Amino acid sequence: MLDDFFVRALIAGTGVAIVAGPLGSFIVWRRLAYFGDTLAHSALLGVVLAFLFEINIALAVFIVSATVALVLLYLQRRGGLASDALLGILSHATLALGLVVLALMSQMPIDLMGLLFGDILAVSKIDIAVIYGGGALVLSLLILFWKSIFAATVSTELSQAEGMKPQLANVVFMLLVAMVIAISIKIIGVLLITALLIIPAAASRQISTGPEQMAVFASIIGVGAIVSGLYGSLAFDTPSGPTIVLAAVILFALSQLPFIRKFFHR
Amino acid sequence: MNTTPSPLVSLENAGYQIGNKWLVRGVSFSVSKGEIVTLIGPNGSGKSTTVRLALGIYSPVEGKIIKSTGLKVGYVPQKLAIDAMLPLRVNRLMQLSAALSSREIEDALSLTGVGHLAKSEVQSLSGGEFQRVLLARAIARNPELLVLDEPVQGVDFSGEIALYDLILEIRNQLNCGILLVSHDLHVVMAATDNVICLNGHICCRGTPQIVAESDEYLRLFGGGASNILARYEHNHDHTHLPDGTVRHGDGSITNRCHPEDSSHKIAGDEGKEPGNAG
Repeated sequence: MLDDFFVRALIAGTGVAIVAGPLGSFIVWRRLAYFGDTLAHSALLGVVLAFLFEINIALAVFIVSATVALVLLYLQRRGGLASDALLGILSHATLALGLVVLALMSQMPIDLMGLLFGDILAVSKIDIAVIYGGGALVLSLLILFWKSIFAATVSTELSQAEGMKPQLANVVFMLLVAMVIAISIKIIGVLLITALLIIPAAASRQISTGPEQMAVFASIIGVGAIVSGLYGSLAFDTPSGPTIVLAAVILFALSQLPFIRKFFHR
Repeated sequence: MNTTPSPLVSLENAGYQIGNKWLVRGVSFSVSKGEIVTLIGPNGSGKSTTVRLALGIYSPVEGKIIKSTGLKVGYVPQKLAIDAMLPLRVNRLMQLSAALSSREIEDALSLTGVGHLAKSEVQSLSGGEFQRVLLARAIARNPELLVLDEPVQGVDFSGEIALYDLILEIRNQLNCGILLVSHDLHVVMAATDNVICLNGHICCRGTPQIVAESDEYLRLFGGGASNILARYEHNHDHTHLPDGTVRHGDGSITNRCHPEDSSHKIAGDEGKEPGNAG
Protein backbone atom coordinates (compact mmCIF):
# COMPACT_ATOMS: atom_id res chain seq x y z
CA MET A 1 0.00 0.00 0.00
CA LEU A 2 2.84 2.36 0.92
CA ASP A 3 4.31 1.75 -2.50
CA ASP A 4 1.68 3.98 -4.03
CA PHE A 5 2.88 7.61 -4.00
CA PHE A 6 -0.67 8.89 -3.56
CA VAL A 7 -1.29 6.77 -0.47
CA ARG A 8 2.04 7.93 1.01
CA ALA A 9 0.99 11.52 0.33
CA LEU A 10 -2.35 11.00 2.07
CA ILE A 11 -0.75 9.39 5.12
CA ALA A 12 1.99 12.02 5.43
CA GLY A 13 -0.42 14.92 4.95
CA THR A 14 -2.84 13.51 7.52
CA GLY A 15 -0.05 13.26 10.09
CA VAL A 16 1.02 16.86 9.50
CA ALA A 17 -2.57 18.14 9.69
CA ILE A 18 -3.23 16.37 13.00
CA VAL A 19 -0.22 18.02 14.65
CA ALA A 20 -0.83 21.40 12.98
CA GLY A 21 -4.37 21.71 14.43
CA PRO A 22 -3.56 22.31 18.11
CA LEU A 23 -0.34 24.25 17.41
CA GLY A 24 -2.15 26.38 14.84
CA SER A 25 -4.88 27.12 17.40
CA PHE A 26 -2.27 28.47 19.80
CA ILE A 27 -0.72 30.54 16.99
CA VAL A 28 -4.13 32.07 16.28
CA TRP A 29 -4.88 32.72 19.99
CA ARG A 30 -1.48 34.29 20.52
CA ARG A 31 -1.65 36.29 17.25
CA LEU A 32 1.60 34.75 16.07
CA ALA A 33 0.78 34.25 12.39
CA TYR A 34 3.75 36.35 11.38
CA PHE A 35 5.97 34.38 13.77
CA GLY A 36 4.94 31.19 11.95
CA ASP A 37 5.89 32.82 8.65
CA THR A 38 9.26 33.85 10.04
CA LEU A 39 10.11 30.32 11.15
CA ALA A 40 8.88 28.93 7.84
CA HIS A 41 11.04 31.33 5.85
CA SER A 42 14.06 30.39 7.92
CA ALA A 43 13.30 26.77 7.05
CA LEU A 44 14.63 27.32 3.53
CA LEU A 45 18.04 28.03 5.02
CA GLY A 46 17.66 24.79 7.00
CA VAL A 47 17.01 22.78 3.85
CA VAL A 48 20.03 24.27 2.10
CA LEU A 49 22.23 23.53 5.12
CA ALA A 50 20.88 19.96 5.18
CA PHE A 51 22.17 19.44 1.64
CA LEU A 52 25.45 21.19 2.43
CA PHE A 53 26.23 19.05 5.49
CA GLU A 54 24.32 15.99 4.31
CA ILE A 55 22.06 15.67 7.32
CA ASN A 56 18.34 14.93 7.61
CA ILE A 57 16.23 17.84 6.26
CA ALA A 58 13.72 17.85 9.14
CA LEU A 59 16.56 17.92 11.68
CA ALA A 60 18.36 20.78 9.92
CA VAL A 61 15.14 22.78 9.56
CA PHE A 62 14.35 22.26 13.23
CA ILE A 63 17.82 23.46 14.28
CA VAL A 64 17.58 26.63 12.18
CA SER A 65 13.94 27.40 13.14
CA ALA A 66 14.61 26.77 16.82
CA THR A 67 17.66 29.04 16.69
CA VAL A 68 15.62 31.80 15.05
CA ALA A 69 12.88 31.36 17.67
CA LEU A 70 15.36 31.62 20.54
CA VAL A 71 17.12 34.64 18.98
CA LEU A 72 13.70 36.28 18.66
CA LEU A 73 12.89 35.52 22.30
CA TYR A 74 16.22 37.01 23.37
CA LEU A 75 15.77 40.17 21.26
CA GLN A 76 12.21 40.62 22.54
CA ARG A 77 13.37 40.38 26.12
CA ARG A 78 16.20 42.83 25.49
CA GLY A 79 13.59 45.33 24.28
CA GLY A 80 14.09 48.39 22.11
CA LEU A 81 12.49 47.07 18.91
CA ALA A 82 8.84 46.19 18.29
CA SER A 83 8.13 42.49 17.80
CA ASP A 84 6.85 42.81 14.25
CA ALA A 85 9.97 44.74 13.19
CA LEU A 86 12.14 42.02 14.74
CA LEU A 87 10.12 39.32 12.96
CA GLY A 88 10.44 41.14 9.64
CA ILE A 89 14.20 41.42 10.03
CA LEU A 90 14.71 37.79 11.06
CA SER A 91 12.25 36.44 8.51
CA HIS A 92 13.79 38.13 5.50
CA ALA A 93 17.37 37.84 6.68
CA THR A 94 17.10 34.06 6.90
CA LEU A 95 15.11 33.76 3.66
CA ALA A 96 17.66 35.86 1.77
CA LEU A 97 20.56 33.97 3.31
CA GLY A 98 18.95 30.68 2.30
CA LEU A 99 18.47 31.85 -1.31
CA VAL A 100 22.04 33.20 -1.55
CA VAL A 101 23.61 30.01 -0.19
CA LEU A 102 21.38 28.00 -2.52
CA ALA A 103 22.66 30.01 -5.51
CA LEU A 104 26.28 29.58 -4.40
CA MET A 105 26.00 25.79 -4.37
CA SER A 106 24.51 25.61 -7.85
CA GLN A 107 25.87 22.13 -8.42
CA MET A 108 23.43 20.77 -5.80
CA PRO A 109 20.30 19.11 -7.19
CA ILE A 110 17.74 21.16 -5.23
CA ASP A 111 14.23 21.68 -6.56
CA LEU A 112 13.46 25.27 -5.48
CA MET A 113 9.79 25.09 -6.49
CA GLY A 114 9.41 21.95 -4.41
CA LEU A 115 10.94 23.71 -1.42
CA LEU A 116 8.73 26.77 -1.75
CA PHE A 117 5.45 25.01 -2.47
CA GLY A 118 5.99 21.53 -1.15
CA ASP A 119 6.27 18.27 -3.01
CA ILE A 120 3.80 16.03 -1.29
CA LEU A 121 3.85 13.52 -4.13
CA ALA A 122 7.55 12.80 -3.55
CA VAL A 123 7.09 11.73 0.07
CA SER A 124 9.24 8.72 1.03
CA LYS A 125 8.62 6.07 3.69
CA ILE A 126 11.34 7.71 5.79
CA ASP A 127 9.50 11.03 5.54
CA ILE A 128 6.38 9.32 6.90
CA ALA A 129 8.38 7.89 9.79
CA VAL A 130 9.79 11.35 10.57
CA ILE A 131 6.34 12.94 10.44
CA TYR A 132 4.70 10.38 12.72
CA GLY A 133 7.65 10.06 15.10
CA GLY A 134 8.17 13.83 15.34
CA GLY A 135 4.43 14.44 15.42
CA ALA A 136 3.93 12.03 18.33
CA LEU A 137 6.74 13.79 20.21
CA VAL A 138 5.21 17.23 19.55
CA LEU A 139 1.74 16.14 20.66
CA SER A 140 3.04 14.43 23.82
CA LEU A 141 5.02 17.52 24.82
CA LEU A 142 2.06 19.74 24.03
CA ILE A 143 -0.27 17.66 26.21
CA LEU A 144 2.32 17.61 29.00
CA PHE A 145 2.72 21.41 28.92
CA TRP A 146 -0.85 22.18 27.82
CA LYS A 147 -1.98 23.76 31.08
CA SER A 148 0.95 26.13 31.45
CA ILE A 149 1.11 27.03 27.74
CA PHE A 150 -2.61 27.73 27.78
CA ALA A 151 -2.42 29.80 30.97
CA ALA A 152 0.48 31.80 29.51
CA THR A 153 -1.61 32.36 26.37
CA VAL A 154 -4.50 33.82 28.37
CA SER A 155 -2.23 35.98 30.54
CA THR A 156 1.50 35.84 31.15
CA GLU A 157 1.16 37.93 34.30
CA LEU A 158 -1.59 35.85 35.77
CA SER A 159 0.22 32.60 35.17
CA GLN A 160 3.48 34.01 36.54
CA ALA A 161 1.69 35.29 39.65
CA GLU A 162 0.07 31.92 40.23
CA GLY A 163 3.29 29.97 39.79
CA MET A 164 2.77 28.48 36.30
CA LYS A 165 6.20 29.36 34.84
CA PRO A 166 5.06 31.16 31.66
CA GLN A 167 8.62 31.80 30.42
CA LEU A 168 9.32 28.08 30.28
CA ALA A 169 5.93 27.50 28.65
CA ASN A 170 6.72 30.09 25.97
CA VAL A 171 10.10 28.54 25.14
CA VAL A 172 8.56 25.06 24.91
CA PHE A 173 5.79 26.41 22.70
CA MET A 174 8.21 28.10 20.29
CA LEU A 175 10.29 24.93 20.02
CA LEU A 176 7.13 22.91 19.29
CA VAL A 177 6.22 25.29 16.46
CA ALA A 178 9.76 24.90 15.09
CA MET A 179 9.33 21.10 15.20
CA VAL A 180 5.99 21.21 13.38
CA ILE A 181 7.51 23.37 10.65
CA ALA A 182 10.45 20.97 10.39
CA ILE A 183 8.25 17.94 9.83
CA SER A 184 5.83 19.63 7.43
CA ILE A 185 8.30 21.51 5.20
CA LYS A 186 8.52 18.73 2.63
CA ILE A 187 4.76 18.32 2.34
CA ILE A 188 3.54 21.86 2.08
CA GLY A 189 6.60 24.02 1.40
CA VAL A 190 8.11 27.12 2.92
CA LEU A 191 5.54 29.59 1.62
CA LEU A 192 2.36 27.78 2.60
CA ILE A 193 3.13 26.17 5.97
CA THR A 194 1.56 28.96 7.97
CA ALA A 195 -1.65 28.50 5.99
CA LEU A 196 -1.98 24.90 7.19
CA LEU A 197 -1.41 26.10 10.77
CA ILE A 198 -3.79 29.03 10.73
CA ILE A 199 -6.65 28.39 8.31
CA PRO A 200 -8.00 25.15 9.88
CA ALA A 201 -7.72 26.73 13.35
CA ALA A 202 -9.59 29.85 12.22
CA ALA A 203 -12.30 27.68 10.65
CA SER A 204 -12.52 25.65 13.85
CA ARG A 205 -13.14 28.78 15.96
CA GLN A 206 -16.64 29.18 14.58
CA ILE A 207 -17.80 25.72 15.55
CA SER A 208 -16.05 25.36 18.92
CA THR A 209 -17.15 26.26 22.43
CA GLY A 210 -13.89 25.50 24.23
CA PRO A 211 -10.15 25.71 23.54
CA GLU A 212 -9.53 21.95 23.61
CA GLN A 213 -12.46 21.37 21.29
CA MET A 214 -11.13 24.02 18.90
CA ALA A 215 -7.72 22.30 18.81
CA VAL A 216 -9.27 18.91 17.94
CA PHE A 217 -11.67 20.34 15.33
CA ALA A 218 -8.72 22.19 13.76
CA SER A 219 -6.96 18.86 13.28
CA ILE A 220 -10.06 17.31 11.72
CA ILE A 221 -10.58 20.28 9.38
CA GLY A 222 -6.88 20.13 8.47
CA VAL A 223 -7.17 16.44 7.56
CA GLY A 224 -10.23 17.32 5.47
CA ALA A 225 -8.22 19.97 3.64
CA ILE A 226 -5.33 17.56 3.00
CA VAL A 227 -7.53 14.78 1.65
CA SER A 228 -9.73 16.98 -0.55
CA GLY A 229 -6.73 19.05 -1.66
CA LEU A 230 -4.76 15.97 -2.69
CA TYR A 231 -7.68 14.51 -4.64
CA GLY A 232 -8.21 17.93 -6.21
CA SER A 233 -4.56 18.12 -7.15
CA LEU A 234 -4.80 14.70 -8.79
CA ALA A 235 -8.04 15.54 -10.62
CA PHE A 236 -7.05 18.97 -11.92
CA ASP A 237 -3.32 18.26 -12.28
CA THR A 238 -2.39 21.23 -10.04
CA PRO A 239 0.52 21.52 -7.54
CA SER A 240 -0.41 19.80 -4.27
CA GLY A 241 0.57 22.52 -1.71
CA PRO A 242 -1.50 25.37 -3.16
CA THR A 243 -4.43 23.03 -3.85
CA ILE A 244 -4.46 21.89 -0.20
CA VAL A 245 -4.41 25.50 0.99
CA LEU A 246 -7.31 26.36 -1.32
CA ALA A 247 -9.25 23.39 0.04
CA ALA A 248 -8.60 24.72 3.58
CA VAL A 249 -9.84 28.16 2.53
CA ILE A 250 -13.06 26.61 1.17
CA LEU A 251 -13.58 24.79 4.48
CA PHE A 252 -12.95 28.08 6.30
CA ALA A 253 -15.55 29.84 4.14
CA LEU A 254 -18.06 27.07 4.90
CA SER A 255 -17.40 27.44 8.64
CA GLN A 256 -18.45 31.08 8.42
CA LEU A 257 -21.97 30.19 7.25
CA PRO A 258 -24.48 31.09 9.97
CA PHE A 259 -26.33 27.76 9.99
CA ILE A 260 -23.07 25.82 10.49
CA ARG A 261 -22.25 27.89 13.55
CA LYS A 262 -25.77 27.47 14.88
CA PHE A 263 -25.60 23.71 14.40
CA PHE A 264 -22.48 23.41 16.58
CA HIS A 265 -23.59 25.93 19.21
CA ARG A 266 -26.83 24.26 20.18
CA MET B 1 8.87 45.79 60.65
CA ASN B 2 5.76 43.72 60.93
CA THR B 3 4.54 42.42 64.24
CA THR B 4 3.03 39.19 62.88
CA PRO B 5 5.53 36.32 63.08
CA SER B 6 5.68 34.91 59.56
CA PRO B 7 4.28 37.05 56.75
CA LEU B 8 3.03 35.43 53.53
CA VAL B 9 5.01 37.89 51.46
CA SER B 10 7.26 40.73 52.47
CA LEU B 11 9.06 43.38 50.49
CA GLU B 12 12.28 44.67 51.96
CA ASN B 13 13.52 47.95 50.57
CA ALA B 14 12.39 46.78 47.14
CA GLY B 15 12.95 48.90 44.05
CA TYR B 16 12.27 48.45 40.33
CA GLN B 17 13.90 50.37 37.54
CA ILE B 18 13.24 50.64 33.79
CA GLY B 19 16.08 52.32 31.89
CA ASN B 20 17.36 54.75 34.48
CA LYS B 21 13.96 55.65 35.87
CA TRP B 22 12.97 54.17 39.20
CA LEU B 23 9.28 53.23 39.12
CA VAL B 24 9.33 52.48 42.83
CA ARG B 25 12.12 52.46 45.34
CA GLY B 26 12.64 51.68 48.98
CA VAL B 27 9.33 49.90 49.42
CA SER B 28 8.98 47.77 52.55
CA PHE B 29 5.82 46.14 53.80
CA SER B 30 4.38 42.70 54.33
CA VAL B 31 1.08 40.87 54.16
CA SER B 32 0.25 38.24 56.76
CA LYS B 33 -2.47 35.65 57.04
CA GLY B 34 -5.88 37.25 57.54
CA GLU B 35 -4.48 40.72 57.03
CA ILE B 36 -5.76 43.28 54.52
CA VAL B 37 -3.23 45.72 53.10
CA THR B 38 -4.38 48.52 50.79
CA LEU B 39 -2.01 50.30 48.42
CA ILE B 40 -3.10 53.77 47.39
CA GLY B 41 -1.46 56.52 45.39
CA PRO B 42 -1.99 58.74 42.35
CA ASN B 43 -1.64 57.49 38.75
CA GLY B 44 1.91 56.46 37.95
CA SER B 45 2.87 56.23 41.61
CA GLY B 46 4.01 52.62 41.21
CA LYS B 47 1.05 50.73 42.70
CA SER B 48 0.88 48.14 39.96
CA THR B 49 4.67 47.88 39.87
CA THR B 50 4.68 47.19 43.60
CA VAL B 51 2.00 44.53 43.19
CA ARG B 52 4.00 42.91 40.37
CA LEU B 53 7.06 42.87 42.60
CA ALA B 54 5.09 41.25 45.40
CA LEU B 55 3.73 38.64 42.95
CA GLY B 56 7.11 37.83 41.44
CA ILE B 57 6.08 39.07 37.97
CA TYR B 58 8.95 41.57 38.22
CA SER B 59 12.23 40.80 39.94
CA PRO B 60 13.39 43.63 42.19
CA VAL B 61 16.38 45.62 40.91
CA GLU B 62 17.32 46.35 44.50
CA GLY B 63 16.07 45.05 47.82
CA LYS B 64 14.31 41.72 48.11
CA ILE B 65 10.97 39.96 48.11
CA ILE B 66 10.45 37.08 50.52
CA LYS B 67 7.57 34.69 49.95
CA SER B 68 6.59 31.90 52.29
CA THR B 69 7.39 28.56 50.68
CA GLY B 70 4.73 27.06 48.43
CA LEU B 71 2.58 30.16 48.75
CA LYS B 72 -0.70 29.74 46.90
CA VAL B 73 -1.64 33.02 45.24
CA GLY B 74 -4.93 34.15 43.69
CA TYR B 75 -4.51 37.17 41.44
CA VAL B 76 -7.15 39.46 39.97
CA PRO B 77 -5.31 41.64 37.43
CA GLN B 78 -6.39 45.17 36.61
CA LYS B 79 -7.33 44.16 33.11
CA LEU B 80 -7.35 40.98 31.10
CA ALA B 81 -8.06 40.92 27.38
CA ILE B 82 -9.32 37.61 26.01
CA ASP B 83 -8.68 37.28 22.27
CA ALA B 84 -11.84 36.99 20.18
CA MET B 85 -10.38 33.89 18.48
CA LEU B 86 -10.28 32.00 21.78
CA PRO B 87 -13.50 30.12 22.57
CA LEU B 88 -13.56 30.39 26.34
CA ARG B 89 -16.49 29.90 28.67
CA VAL B 90 -16.54 31.01 32.27
CA ASN B 91 -16.29 27.51 33.73
CA ARG B 92 -13.18 26.78 31.60
CA LEU B 93 -11.56 30.09 32.61
CA MET B 94 -12.19 29.15 36.24
CA GLN B 95 -9.81 26.20 35.81
CA LEU B 96 -6.98 28.17 34.23
CA SER B 97 -4.40 27.39 36.90
CA ALA B 98 -6.02 24.63 38.95
CA ALA B 99 -8.32 21.72 38.21
CA LEU B 100 -11.55 22.24 40.15
CA SER B 101 -14.65 20.15 40.73
CA SER B 102 -17.86 21.55 39.27
CA ARG B 103 -18.99 22.03 42.86
CA GLU B 104 -16.01 24.27 43.66
CA ILE B 105 -16.61 26.30 40.49
CA GLU B 106 -20.28 26.69 41.33
CA ASP B 107 -19.57 27.75 44.92
CA ALA B 108 -16.99 30.37 43.97
CA LEU B 109 -19.16 31.82 41.21
CA SER B 110 -22.22 32.07 43.42
CA LEU B 111 -20.17 33.63 46.22
CA THR B 112 -19.29 36.48 43.88
CA GLY B 113 -22.87 36.58 42.58
CA VAL B 114 -22.29 35.36 39.02
CA GLY B 115 -23.37 31.71 39.35
CA HIS B 116 -25.75 32.11 36.43
CA LEU B 117 -22.87 32.95 34.05
CA ALA B 118 -20.98 29.64 34.29
CA LYS B 119 -21.71 28.70 30.68
CA SER B 120 -21.36 32.15 29.12
CA GLU B 121 -18.56 33.02 26.73
CA VAL B 122 -16.22 35.38 28.57
CA GLN B 123 -16.17 37.84 25.66
CA SER B 124 -19.92 38.39 26.12
CA LEU B 125 -19.64 39.52 29.76
CA SER B 126 -19.90 43.13 30.88
CA GLY B 127 -16.96 44.72 32.67
CA GLY B 128 -18.52 44.25 36.10
CA GLU B 129 -19.51 40.64 35.44
CA PHE B 130 -16.04 39.79 34.15
CA GLN B 131 -14.47 41.40 37.23
CA ARG B 132 -16.59 39.16 39.47
CA VAL B 133 -15.73 36.09 37.40
CA LEU B 134 -12.02 36.90 37.78
CA LEU B 135 -12.51 37.29 41.52
CA ALA B 136 -14.34 33.96 41.67
CA ARG B 137 -11.51 32.34 39.70
CA ALA B 138 -8.93 33.72 42.09
CA ILE B 139 -10.71 32.51 45.24
CA ALA B 140 -11.83 29.14 43.87
CA ARG B 141 -8.35 27.71 44.38
CA ASN B 142 -8.38 28.65 48.06
CA PRO B 143 -5.45 31.06 47.94
CA GLU B 144 -3.40 31.94 50.98
CA LEU B 145 -2.73 35.34 49.43
CA LEU B 146 -5.33 37.16 47.35
CA VAL B 147 -4.07 40.09 45.26
CA LEU B 148 -6.58 42.49 43.74
CA ASP B 149 -5.40 45.26 41.40
CA GLU B 150 -8.06 48.01 41.41
CA PRO B 151 -11.07 45.73 41.84
CA VAL B 152 -13.51 48.64 42.15
CA GLN B 153 -12.30 50.37 39.01
CA GLY B 154 -15.29 51.36 36.89
CA VAL B 155 -17.72 50.05 39.49
CA ASP B 156 -20.37 52.53 40.71
CA PHE B 157 -20.55 53.57 44.32
CA SER B 158 -23.07 51.01 45.59
CA GLY B 159 -21.20 48.37 43.60
CA GLU B 160 -18.00 49.44 45.35
CA ILE B 161 -19.56 48.94 48.78
CA ALA B 162 -20.94 45.56 47.72
CA LEU B 163 -17.55 44.49 46.35
CA TYR B 164 -15.69 45.54 49.51
CA ASP B 165 -18.33 43.73 51.53
CA LEU B 166 -17.65 40.64 49.43
CA ILE B 167 -13.88 40.94 49.82
CA LEU B 168 -14.34 41.13 53.58
CA GLU B 169 -16.53 38.04 53.49
CA ILE B 170 -13.89 36.21 51.44
CA ARG B 171 -11.21 37.18 53.97
CA ASN B 172 -13.40 35.90 56.81
CA GLN B 173 -14.16 32.63 55.02
CA LEU B 174 -10.70 31.81 53.70
CA ASN B 175 -8.64 33.67 56.30
CA CYS B 176 -6.26 34.59 53.50
CA GLY B 177 -4.03 37.65 53.35
CA ILE B 178 -5.31 40.30 50.95
CA LEU B 179 -3.27 42.87 49.05
CA LEU B 180 -5.57 45.44 47.52
CA VAL B 181 -4.79 48.31 45.13
CA SER B 182 -7.08 51.31 45.07
CA HIS B 183 -6.90 54.47 43.00
CA ASP B 184 -9.07 56.29 45.54
CA LEU B 185 -6.77 58.38 47.69
CA HIS B 186 -9.14 59.04 50.55
CA VAL B 187 -11.67 56.25 50.84
CA VAL B 188 -10.49 52.73 51.60
CA MET B 189 -11.99 49.52 52.92
CA ALA B 190 -12.77 49.88 56.61
CA ALA B 191 -11.38 46.42 57.34
CA THR B 192 -7.97 47.39 56.01
CA ASP B 193 -5.30 46.73 58.59
CA ASN B 194 -2.65 48.76 56.87
CA VAL B 195 -2.89 51.50 54.27
CA ILE B 196 0.25 52.26 52.29
CA CYS B 197 0.38 55.46 50.27
CA LEU B 198 2.81 55.29 47.37
CA ASN B 199 4.31 57.93 45.20
CA GLY B 200 7.38 56.24 43.77
CA HIS B 201 8.25 55.49 47.39
CA ILE B 202 6.17 55.03 50.51
CA CYS B 203 4.81 58.47 51.42
CA CYS B 204 2.96 57.45 54.53
CA ARG B 205 1.24 54.47 56.02
CA GLY B 206 -1.15 53.64 58.81
CA THR B 207 -4.59 52.41 59.72
CA PRO B 208 -7.75 53.93 58.23
CA GLN B 209 -10.27 55.80 60.31
CA ILE B 210 -13.76 54.44 60.36
CA VAL B 211 -16.18 56.54 58.39
CA ALA B 212 -18.71 56.58 61.19
CA GLU B 213 -16.41 58.87 63.16
CA SER B 214 -16.77 61.53 60.53
CA ASP B 215 -20.08 63.34 60.14
CA GLU B 216 -19.02 64.59 56.77
CA TYR B 217 -18.61 61.11 55.31
CA LEU B 218 -21.77 59.90 56.99
CA ARG B 219 -23.70 62.65 55.28
CA LEU B 220 -22.02 61.89 51.97
CA PHE B 221 -22.27 58.14 51.93
CA GLY B 222 -25.14 57.39 54.31
CA GLY B 223 -25.14 54.94 57.17
CA GLY B 224 -24.94 51.82 55.02
CA ALA B 225 -21.40 52.51 53.97
CA SER B 226 -20.10 53.18 57.41
CA ASN B 227 -19.04 49.63 58.18
CA ILE B 228 -17.40 49.07 54.84
CA LEU B 229 -15.65 52.28 53.88
CA ALA B 230 -13.15 54.23 55.88
CA ARG B 231 -11.33 57.48 55.53
CA TYR B 232 -7.59 57.55 55.29
CA GLU B 233 -5.81 60.56 56.72
CA HIS B 234 -2.59 61.22 54.81
CA ASN B 235 0.45 62.19 56.77
CA HIS B 236 2.87 63.47 54.16
CA ASP B 237 5.92 65.51 54.99
CA HIS B 238 6.16 66.71 51.39
CA THR B 239 4.04 67.12 48.26
CA HIS B 240 5.04 66.27 44.67
CA LEU B 241 4.15 69.27 42.52
CA PRO B 242 3.11 68.92 38.85
CA ASP B 243 6.42 70.30 37.56
CA GLY B 244 8.36 67.57 39.32
CA THR B 245 9.61 69.67 42.23
CA VAL B 246 8.80 68.87 45.83
CA ARG B 247 7.21 71.12 48.44
CA HIS B 248 8.24 70.24 51.98
CA GLY B 249 6.33 70.55 55.23
CA ASP B 250 8.07 73.81 56.05
CA GLY B 251 7.02 75.33 52.73
CA SER B 252 10.40 75.14 51.00
CA ILE B 253 10.57 73.78 47.45
CA THR B 254 13.39 71.54 46.24
CA ASN B 255 14.04 69.22 43.31
CA ARG B 256 14.14 66.08 45.43
CA CYS B 257 12.14 64.54 48.23
CA HIS B 258 15.07 64.37 50.58
CA PRO B 259 18.33 66.27 50.36
CA GLU B 260 20.58 63.24 50.74
CA ASP B 261 18.79 61.11 48.15
CA SER B 262 19.70 60.67 44.56
CA SER B 263 16.17 59.45 43.99
CA HIS B 264 13.14 58.28 45.89
CA LYS B 265 13.84 56.78 49.24
CA ILE B 266 12.01 56.48 52.49
CA ALA B 267 12.81 59.28 54.88
CA GLY B 268 12.18 57.11 57.91
CA ASP B 269 15.73 57.65 59.07
CA GLU B 270 14.99 61.35 59.40
CA GLY B 271 12.10 60.65 61.68
CA LYS B 272 9.87 62.90 59.59
CA GLU B 273 7.39 60.18 58.71
CA PRO B 274 6.17 58.63 61.92
CA GLY B 275 4.05 56.16 59.93
CA ASN B 276 7.17 54.44 58.67
CA ALA B 277 7.85 52.92 62.01
CA GLY B 278 4.50 51.09 61.77
